[in-house]
Amino acid sequence: MKFVQGDEAAAYGAIFAGCNFFAGYPITPASEVAELMSLELPKVDGYYIQMEDEIASMGAVIGSVWAGGKSMTATSGPGFSLMQENIGYACMTETPCVVVNVQRSGPSTGQATKGAQGDVMQARWGTHGDHEMIALAPNSIQETFDTLIEAFNLSEIYRNPVMVMTDGEIGHIREKLVFPDPEELEIIPRRLAEEKIDIFGGERIPPMIEFGMGSQVHVTGSTHKSNGMRDVSTQSVHDELVRRIYEKIDSNRENIVRYKTEFIDDAEYLIVSYGASSRPAYGALENLRKSGLKIGFLRLITLWPFADRIISETGKNMKKIFVPEMNLGQISREIERFVTCKVIPVSKIGGIPHTISEIETKIRSNL
Amino acid sequence: MNIRFTGFGGQGIVLSGVIYGWAAILDGKNAIQTQSYGSEARGGSCKCDVIIQDSYIHELEPSELDVLVAFSQPAYDTYVPTLGSGGILLVDQDLVNIEESREKTLSIPATDIAYKKMNRKIMANIIMMGYLTGKTRIISAESVEKSISSYVPAKTIDENLTAFRLGLELP
Repeated sequence: MKFVQGDEAAAYGAIFAGCNFFAGYPITPASEVAELMSLELPKVDGYYIQMEDEIASMGAVIGSVWAGGKSMTATSGPGFSLMQENIGYACMTETPCVVVNVQRSGPSTGQATKGAQGDVMQARWGTHGDHEMIALAPNSIQETFDTLIEAFNLSEIYRNPVMVMTDGEIGHIREKLVFPDPEELEIIPRRLAEEKIDIFGGERIPPMIEFGMGSQVHVTGSTHKSNGMRDVSTQSVHDELVRRIYEKIDSNRENIVRYKTEFIDDAEYLIVSYGASSRPAYGALENLRKSGLKIGFLRLITLWPFADRIISETGKNMKKIFVPEMNLGQISREIERFVTCKVIPVSKIGGIPHTISEIETKIRSNL
Repeated sequence: MNIRFTGFGGQGIVLSGVIYGWAAILDGKNAIQTQSYGSEARGGSCKCDVIIQDSYIHELEPSELDVLVAFSQPAYDTYVPTLGSGGILLVDQDLVNIEESREKTLSIPATDIAYKKMNRKIMANIIMMGYLTGKTRIISAESVEKSISSYVPAKTIDENLTAFRLGLELP
């Protein structure tokens, strides 16, 4: 048991997941992830590299994976923007890796030291072109640790980058962290092809071959055939590749999406929240229930792929849905796609998290 | 229970909060610790909050304080309005002039005691922590001592525990 910051919990979670490579560039409020990884990785024969910037950091992460590494980086705000091009490269080359984004108040340098949840849509659509994304949002120090393990597992199962969307609040508070028995953790190993086969097709999620295994491997961000060779002019090659990359996640939505619901059965109103803002939101829910309001709670742990089914199923019985988030309504508007009732954003920006009473007051005045 | 430690960077303000938060966990309670995070370092203004509850903590930053510890005049001036009406104010009396007397004000010359009794001004925060523990009993002295021992440099543990007990026994 330790008393650690969320950033430190992310680093410990990565080490427990078997991460052996970190490339990054320090940035507030994510620097502590890099700092702790630089201390812990050498102890497990891993590698820590401070790169010249975030573009190179993401490139090094991808390269190390093809050389057999289990790799991650951590960043925030402007750094996450710089990583977007290579995150797309990771999607297109189906490179499993983990990106921790300790979200800070933007746009641009904004309030560099303050927390926010303004990168929710950027995690989904920050890189160009059709792609799916997996993004997770823990709301405590313990859950940050657990989420890192889940993120590495999901990245290996789906051969896709996974975003862990913490924020400056969760990243910097200290809270109790209980370490699990490593023997009891389920760690998904990389699925490697036993013989030379096509590693970019043939099945929905093909196994990988790594550099040095004896086969020629061609890895490119350009449209490629199932053997990895470039073909940027045949319509059907692109269609098949990008559709498969999209569907390997979309068709497994039910296996990926995690959420927690409470007080749903009798609820007439619903709070949907995630990450840091879900904590005061739950405090507000407790007060509102005590005063007799039939209000339920849905916390999204997986942000992407979106929890379409649970939102539409629970939403159809609700009079109104309230969405506390530290941005101007990014998930709130996503919810509107799946429900017919009114969705009311409980937005707060400016670097200070919601208080319980702010959320409670906003809900009471909009019933 | 919301506690805020304040003063200048370099007075051990953040360390005080971390030690107190961990001590609360050792006592079987839930605790969250946060600290000011800006371009200020040694000599700049500094605050560190600890939220302690038996139940799960939903609010990440305290809205109203139950205890304010002030080690500098600017810190006192800035944060005293956030102290609740029944809240406890603790100050180093040589560093803070209290403008408005409150019902629950506790002042000791922590830095002066640290200098005169231990020849180590840097122990003032630990003396204050002892005094806070003795007067409020929010956290058991045993847990605070354990927490101090795990956070201060190994060779200074005895000295820090001496400072803590000095504060604990102050009238």
